[in-house]
Amino acid sequence: MEFLVASAIGITMAAGVYLLLRARTLPVVLGLTLVTYAVNLFLFITGRLTIDQPPVLHQGHENFADPLPQALVLTAIVISFGMTAVIVVMALKAYVESDSDHVDLHPDDHGEADS
Amino acid sequence: MNHWIILPLLLPALVAPLIALAVRHDIVLQRIFSVSSTVILLVLGAILMWSTAAEPVQSYHLGNWIAPFGIVLVLDRLAAMLLVLTAGLGLAVLLYAINGWDAEGRHFHPLFQFQLMGINGAFLTGDLFNLFVFFEVLLIASYGLMVHAGGAARMKAGVQYVTINLVGSGLFLIGVGLIYSVTGTLNMAHLATEVGRVDAADRALLEIGGLLLLLVFAVKAALVPVQFWLPGTYANAPPPVAALFAIMTKVGAYAIIRVYTLIFGADAGASANLAGPWLLPAALVTMVIGMAGVLAARRLGEAVAFAVIGSMGTLLAAVSVFTPEAMSAALYYLLHSTVAGGALFLIVDLVNQRRTGYTDLLRAAPPFAHTGFIAALFLLGAMAMTGMPPLSGFIGKLLVLDGVRESSYAVWIWGLVLVTSLLAIVGFARAGTTVFWKSAAVGGYLEPARPLAPALPFVAVGILLGASIVLTAFAGPVTVYLDTVAEQLYNPTGYIETVLPTSGHPEGVRP
Repeated sequence: MEFLVASAIGITMAAGVYLLLRARTLPVVLGLTLVTYAVNLFLFITGRLTIDQPPVLHQGHENFADPLPQALVLTAIVISFGMTAVIVVMALKAYVESDSDHVDLHPDDHGEADS
Repeated sequence: MNHWIILPLLLPALVAPLIALAVRHDIVLQRIFSVSSTVILLVLGAILMWSTAAEPVQSYHLGNWIAPFGIVLVLDRLAAMLLVLTAGLGLAVLLYAINGWDAEGRHFHPLFQFQLMGINGAFLTGDLFNLFVFFEVLLIASYGLMVHAGGAARMKAGVQYVTINLVGSGLFLIGVGLIYSVTGTLNMAHLATEVGRVDAADRALLEIGGLLLLLVFAVKAALVPVQFWLPGTYANAPPPVAALFAIMTKVGAYAIIRVYTLIFGADAGASANLAGPWLLPAALVTMVIGMAGVLAARRLGEAVAFAVIGSMGTLLAAVSVFTPEAMSAALYYLLHSTVAGGALFLIVDLVNQRRTGYTDLLRAAPPFAHTGFIAALFLLGAMAMTGMPPLSGFIGKLLVLDGVRESSYAVWIWGLVLVTSLLAIVGFARAGTTVFWKSAAVGGYLEPARPLAPALPFVAVGILLGASIVLTAFAGPVTVYLDTVAEQLYNPTGYIETVLPTSGHPEGVRP
């Protein structure tokens, strides 16, 4: 199971980084989403992989699944969800205003924002 | 338990939605609420700073849960001092912005309050995961402020800024996860006692986690090689926002100071002084790239943005030595570079508003309104920033040079600080000469595109430059205070004992 989970995280992360480097807004947003998935999965397994263990101390159980990473990953999911929404809106606005979906700035972009 | 500690978080957190919901149609009421909240934050900061004189470390256990199981806020001298700095800078920036910038787009004031809340939270939290959460709070407010007033270039620079910070957040979580996986705790005081006891087999994981965090904080602090986002972001952000961002790079520096003195400090066993060997070369390169960038800039705003990078290099070079003397110097430089950077960004906007058609491009153009006065302000700000006597930059650099004397890399730090100061002086002299003096030779007069605001912008700039002058005049008492702050950072026993229950340290929660 360790190998499966680890390679799943690795592949997701690699795909995310590849998409991020495309430097166009839609791939970048998708890449960020994949990176976030990988990070959340990683955070989730920092409490070790366990099967059939209660997440709280329970009488008659020697072991338990660590509940804290689950709480952490819940927070991280909520935050990353919100952030994804923000970047989707901003990417859309940037596309509408500049008529280009390139993420990188061109030399003539600098300072054009002066109102 | 001192309940005042939570107020710097609660106040902006309550005022921001109040402004956004109740008074969103009335800009004057928004301004009144926002300014009063920031003034109260300043007073609160002063009260908290005063209370640390009697009781150096105070902790606030949210929901009365015992650390390390519950969330804890910790107030020590460093945090209290930075609360005052944040509120002071925030107030000056706000006074500047209420002359029109806040009306250019929607929700400036609520975002501003949320930004202050995030920064205050990052300074107060005693928990690595909460540090992440407060980073996100301050970042999401900064995304909104960054694209305030819109425009194509600003939106594109904003998308870049958000992308870089989201990748940074991902790395932050990986680092936090790695550290949790081997220590079983995220409370900073508890981590300080636990990292020394990590198995040799797990040490690699712990140190990778620690260094990933350093990378994330370096992104925030604009340290080479992850400084590339700063010039584009700061030069395109609305200038009052860029001035407020002067404290955001300091949040990165604060996180580096806190994590690598408390958790990976001298008591961390085999992982002691984890950051120093990585931080020092990065800081020195940052100094060179920043100050060379000042020389290469084609706009006044770019020059200031690069000077901010360079000053972060100087600040972190002093931090990277990790001795109390150098830390005290670094903290003085932190106070100085925040007010100087903030003042310069505001001055750039003063120029920007008046040079119709030329904005802050480094090109000779006809004179504009208040040329002489703004030139004098710019001269003061540039003198402070580059470290020319008699302003606080000079004392700051002198203290840094003096503080790193014992280090084995002192020659490098001395040489590079002095050479880059010269670069910065040449760069700012060239920029100032082009914008202010050569303009006097060009005939004609530039009419401002919009009616100019009354004196308030000058008051805001005056507050920040005045703070630099105060830092110079009272350098003696300030450095005495900063020595106690640095000394507290290097004696974390008090911090650990205040946060954790006195009846022995609880064992890790892992089975």
